Amino acid sequence: MFIIGELINGMYKKVAKAIAERDKIYIQSLAQLQVEAGADALDVNCGPLSRDPLVDMLWLIDCIQDTVSVSLSLDTTRQNIMEEGLARLKKKGIINSTSADTERLEVYLELAKKYNASLIALTMDKKGVPQDKDRRLELAASILDTAQKHNFSPNDIYLDPILLPINVAQNQLFAILEAIRDFKLLSAPSPKTIVGLSNISQGAKDRSLINRSFLTMAAAFGLDSAILDPLDEPLMDSLIAGENVLNKSIYCDNFVSAYKKSKKR
Amino acid sequence: MAEELRSQQMYGLRVHELKLGATREEGGSRSKVFKIGNQAAMPFLFKEGEIPYAPIIAAEVYDVPDDDWPQSLAEDLKGVSKNPVDWAAMMAEDAGADLVCLKLQGIHPDFGDKNSKDAGSLATALLKRVKTPLIILGCGQGDKDNEVLPYVSEVTKGERLLFGCVVQENYKTLTAACIADGHNIIAESPIDVNIAKQLNILISDIGMPQDRIAINPTIGALGYGLEYAYSIMERARSAALSGDKMLAMPFICFVGQEAWRAKEARVSEAESPLWGNARERGVMWEAMTAIAMLQAGADILTMRHPKAIKIVKAAIAELMKR
Repeated sequence: MFIIGELINGMYKKVAKAIAERDKIYIQSLAQLQVEAGADALDVNCGPLSRDPLVDMLWLIDCIQDTVSVSLSLDTTRQNIMEEGLARLKKKGIINSTSADTERLEVYLELAKKYNASLIALTMDKKGVPQDKDRRLELAASILDTAQKHNFSPNDIYLDPILLPINVAQNQLFAILEAIRDFKLLSAPSPKTIVGLSNISQGAKDRSLINRSFLTMAAAFGLDSAILDPLDEPLMDSLIAGENVLNKSIYCDNFVSAYKKSKKR
Repeated sequence: MAEELRSQQMYGLRVHELKLGATREEGGSRSKVFKIGNQAAMPFLFKEGEIPYAPIIAAEVYDVPDDDWPQSLAEDLKGVSKNPVDWAAMMAEDAGADLVCLKLQGIHPDFGDKNSKDAGSLATALLKRVKTPLIILGCGQGDKDNEVLPYVSEVTKGERLLFGCVVQENYKTLTAACIADGHNIIAESPIDVNIAKQLNILISDIGMPQDRIAINPTIGALGYGLEYAYSIMERARSAALSGDKMLAMPFICFVGQEAWRAKEARVSEAESPLWGNARERGVMWEAMTAIAMLQAGADILTMRHPKAIKIVKAAIAELMKR
């Protein structure tokens, strides 16, 4: 599974403080720790408290790119920040994210094309987050349709069914798993699928346990990618065991360390 | 054309590149050196990815003569089989083998019980006589191999040879010696992809770089489990190309020793007239086994009969045409 590390996010107090104080060492060590723990890419979000989000985003990007060489997923709702950020990237970037609203989607598809980036597309629109599987599929199909019109390969689209908290929408979680499976059937080549994992346990107890249970189930439904906390060791270990069960990686007695070693760059 | 025939698979990882033999400038004395591995596609599928090196053939040479050889081997190798140095030279110079695989059968307590000095001076003599790198194999008895092979590794230090075989139960001594002396190592697993992977991890955990390990997947000859070996190799290689670095090592297949054990390669024409000329039959048994292993992904074949080597060399040249 393609892992995007979520920890460089200004919503975390320590990260917000590091951004405000330009604490390069803190940010860089957080980047390195995530990559060592198995992140294939890192999400970058300067958080709601940022006074100058553009300057902060560019500082974060430079800071991270100085120390690790993975892809970065730029997590901002502001288009100008996204564009300036993409222009700054050394590796193929990931746009996080667009909704299914046509005006917005079209702008981001063009941006992704211009900067050769992947695009995370949420299956939601102005009407809000879907309440069932069919609506999710409908929005996903409309995203892929627009992408095709813009000549953008489904290979570079990550469809996000939007994971809802277990204590808010328990009855929807299985439908989300089914959507993850069914998204793949909507185009050839298939789009990729992604979830923001931590959402599922927002406000719940035993978050790590809930996160890892869902992740291994989602892996079985064919999930390609997740934004998560790679420093959560039980979570990563469950994923590794899950990929063995799914025959995606070959078992050996030291399967956990083998997986980690194989990921090392 | 059917869609599945047209579809091409592109992979993310290459097999590790293993270097065999060191030139004088590199600290050895070989005038012929080889690189194997580094392919980005399944065997001979040039459209799917780069395959930079052709598979190579090592001639199997024994330090003690084998009295139990079938007629064709006994006759065709008659002049040389009692002298491993002449034997190696003949195979490398006349028979067209790329390199030489010396099996130290004679160090086995039951087959001569030769000591480290004997083995070391034989290896040195071979290195003097042939220009190619060597593959040096122990006798398969763990304790004796652990005593002799580190010594041979030391006296051939810097030549970047290939030593083997280590197994899951006994890998530390020889691996440590090869790390120290700059050699490569063969990791043997019993037709088992899980153990192959595990052993590679164990070996690399004690410090052997991943690009100095060759996998011996253990093969069977044609009619003796060849297809099991094939499927294990295919599975390992496809996992490797898809990203599993712990299986991304080149393969070495011991074709000669397996093929010439088969009844079909050994039985004389007098005993089994319907099977036809024994000499041709043995050669073909070895060649067919070898060619199947090439298709499975072998990077090094060890072979025994000069004629079989010629046939397989020609097949490799043909298969490598893009």
